[in-house]
Amino acid sequence: MTFARTTKLFGREIAAVAVTFLGLLLVTFFIGRVVPIDPVLAAVGDRAPAEVYERVKVELGLHLPLYEQFWLYLKKIAQGDLGRSVLTSNTVLADIGRVFPATLELATLGTIIGVSIGVPAGVLAAIHRGTWIDQVVRVVGLFGFSVPVFWLGLMGLLVFYRILGVVGGPGRLGVAFEDIVDPITGVILLDAALRGEWEVFRNAFSHLILPACVLGYFSLAYVSRMTRSFMLEQLRQEYVTTARVKGLPERRVVWRHALGNAMVPLITVIALSYANLLEGSVLTETVFAWPGLGRYITNSLLNADMNAVLGGTLVVGAVFIGLNLLADILYRLVDPRAR
Amino acid sequence: MRFMTAAAIGLLAATTFLTPASAQTPRDTVVMAKAIDDIISLDPAEAFEFSGVEAVANVYDKLINVDPKDPNKLVPELAESWSVGADGKTYTFKIRGGVKFHSGNPLTAHDAAYSLQRAVTINKSPGFILTQFGLNKDNAVQRIRATDDGTLVIEVEKPFAPTFFYYCLTAAVASVVDSKTVKANEKDGDWGNAWLKQNSAGSGAYALRTWRANEQYTLEANPNWIKGAPKNRRVIMRHVPEPASQRLQLEKGDIDFARNLSKDQIAAVRNDANVAIDTGRKGYILYLGLNQKNPTLAKPEVREALKWLVDYEGLEKNLLAGTYLQHQSFLPQGFPGAIEDKPYKLDVAKAKELLAKAGLPNGFNVTMDVRTTAPISDIAQALQATWAQAGIKLELLPGDGRQTLTKYRARNHDIFIGSWGPDYFDPHTNAQTFGMNEDNGDNAASKTLAWRNAWDIPAMTKTISDAVLERDPAKRSATYEAAQREHQKVSPFVIMFQQIEVAARRKNVNGFALGIMSDMNSFANITKN
Repeated sequence: MTFARTTKLFGREIAAVAVTFLGLLLVTFFIGRVVPIDPVLAAVGDRAPAEVYERVKVELGLHLPLYEQFWLYLKKIAQGDLGRSVLTSNTVLADIGRVFPATLELATLGTIIGVSIGVPAGVLAAIHRGTWIDQVVRVVGLFGFSVPVFWLGLMGLLVFYRILGVVGGPGRLGVAFEDIVDPITGVILLDAALRGEWEVFRNAFSHLILPACVLGYFSLAYVSRMTRSFMLEQLRQEYVTTARVKGLPERRVVWRHALGNAMVPLITVIALSYANLLEGSVLTETVFAWPGLGRYITNSLLNADMNAVLGGTLVVGAVFIGLNLLADILYRLVDPRAR
Repeated sequence: MRFMTAAAIGLLAATTFLTPASAQTPRDTVVMAKAIDDIISLDPAEAFEFSGVEAVANVYDKLINVDPKDPNKLVPELAESWSVGADGKTYTFKIRGGVKFHSGNPLTAHDAAYSLQRAVTINKSPGFILTQFGLNKDNAVQRIRATDDGTLVIEVEKPFAPTFFYYCLTAAVASVVDSKTVKANEKDGDWGNAWLKQNSAGSGAYALRTWRANEQYTLEANPNWIKGAPKNRRVIMRHVPEPASQRLQLEKGDIDFARNLSKDQIAAVRNDANVAIDTGRKGYILYLGLNQKNPTLAKPEVREALKWLVDYEGLEKNLLAGTYLQHQSFLPQGFPGAIEDKPYKLDVAKAKELLAKAGLPNGFNVTMDVRTTAPISDIAQALQATWAQAGIKLELLPGDGRQTLTKYRARNHDIFIGSWGPDYFDPHTNAQTFGMNEDNGDNAASKTLAWRNAWDIPAMTKTISDAVLERDPAKRSATYEAAQREHQKVSPFVIMFQQIEVAARRKNVNGFALGIMSDMNSFANITKN
């Protein structure tokens, strides 16, 4: 690959990302302005007198025509200023700096749980196709996919928190553990470990594990179904027969050769499911009083707090693009042809 | 298979790692769970939402306050005495000596003057409570002044009823802030607003230690409080949006108070031996607003018929069970000037008669904007069924809170169902919004609830605006009583219920005082055994 070609490819990539972001902002901005919710209401409340209302409307720039509002917003973004949230009165950047790590922590553990159980379960279902194992995996998967997360979360709390008392309740930390660890990354587990506060780490983990399992269950349901179908396809291939004929142990054929090849499409599936969790799960976050990205964006949207909504959308967009790139890189590592 | 084994070991490790989470909160700390995402500011000159005002009231002191035992009586707080001059316009407050802010700075009349000037000048949502006395950013320094360290003088525009002015000074917006600290944190002439949103500079029962929007705030007791040190060291208010989660935490003992339980959850926790229920009558009124731009709803007989078409008793008993009381006038029970008259009950025959008189013997079609939260949506559905008996086809238009409100404020509704809370503890607040409409035009300066429902009432507007100048408290009270009786008969408001605030608590935690206004909820006497 020549240098010129590389820069050209790279340039095209950047242009594509920029256009994606611009489109994302444009659509979100106009949807936000079209919804029949008055953004000034969020700032001043229902009981503010008319003069205060009018003044704040001007302060927020809402008296300007839409295209001008959008242009001003873009100019600010170019300077790295995402504006201030009306609801929390923090800068959107500061807000996202708080809510995104909370979601990141939850989504990452959720995905780890989902993948580490979902992939083996899918493989087992594929090898034992049509047997009771396959049926069990299917039922568990379908249940995870169809039961409302809200209900699952509350039931989980009832059983594991209220009755058995093996996990922590709603919130990221117990009351006595709040404000002990100064944030470094915002991911409490990481911060506590970095500061050597192992009691805080334990407490944070006990609060995290249940919501992570609820999310993990969803991811598991999806990942196991996809793994099963990818595996079935691979197991029909001739190279599998060849490997078997060569006398390779069945375990090696399935887990090394077939799964190795199934891994290529599976990476996309896992990346997408991870990205979905990173958007934040509003219902899970509500039940578990988890101050994450999903609730932040939803709450902001319901109050027409556009700076916050747009900022959150940018983050979600960046997550999707970033994970797509990551999946591309992983492809190359896993797929021998791309090496 | 290696994968599977690794996963199994991982899970096993995770479970052994977990120990039963310790129930029980620290003894000197009160932990409450509440939906506090309504807080947008903790600056007393700006906070105007339920949760924000409640926090502010526990952090700041005011000149005078309402007696928690008898809300019709005023008691000294930072002012030890107060009087009004013969002209009825000049008020003098003697400020108590020896009071210190949390910062250690001494509190003087200069702080009090600064605080009120500040609230009037930055004029945020609750600012009108003070500016309605003719105070504004141009005359604040001249009309609100400290003549010495112990004397505050305020000149109002007209000889208002003194009680009206005094009661407005009990609102959170009139809190006294530490002027030295606030000035030190001023930025670009904002009177320290950006800083005070998230910090505190008061002299009250608690200092604000942290506030993280949509997460929690923590209050730290002030041992030198003028009313004596609070009986607990710390109050932690955690944002738990889901009531079912609040219930589980309360039963488990991880929190001391659950503040947002629904009526079903309240009924369920009543059976828990460790849980007790505190209740307090609140100023919130649940009502229907009938838009007078709709020609059918503008007919007096139709307005009256709808008031006979509410099953007040059945709704209270079955749907609201302990969270609302029947109430049919615009001043909530417990307010000065409130009346207890309840002239209406469910009477379908009478309603039909009235509809026939209005030329609508077969009823009519109408829509109602309903926010999709309990109990509003449940009440709306019950009304739909009741109204059908009189031939009225009610179409419910569900929406989010802000969405229905936006439509209501633009006067694009037929019927709006919602609640209204008084802005300050004086009858004028509700009398004004329910009974005054100075200009029924679309671009009116004052957009009261009467305006939102396009109810054009010059006579009632005059009566009510005159009442704030009535200096004889008995006569003033009589005016409001008469206005409410008239209002019950003719207004396009079907006033149905008054809210009861319910706080479920652990049995070992006592002393939470719930007042009629959010800024009368006090944490200072909460004890834990």
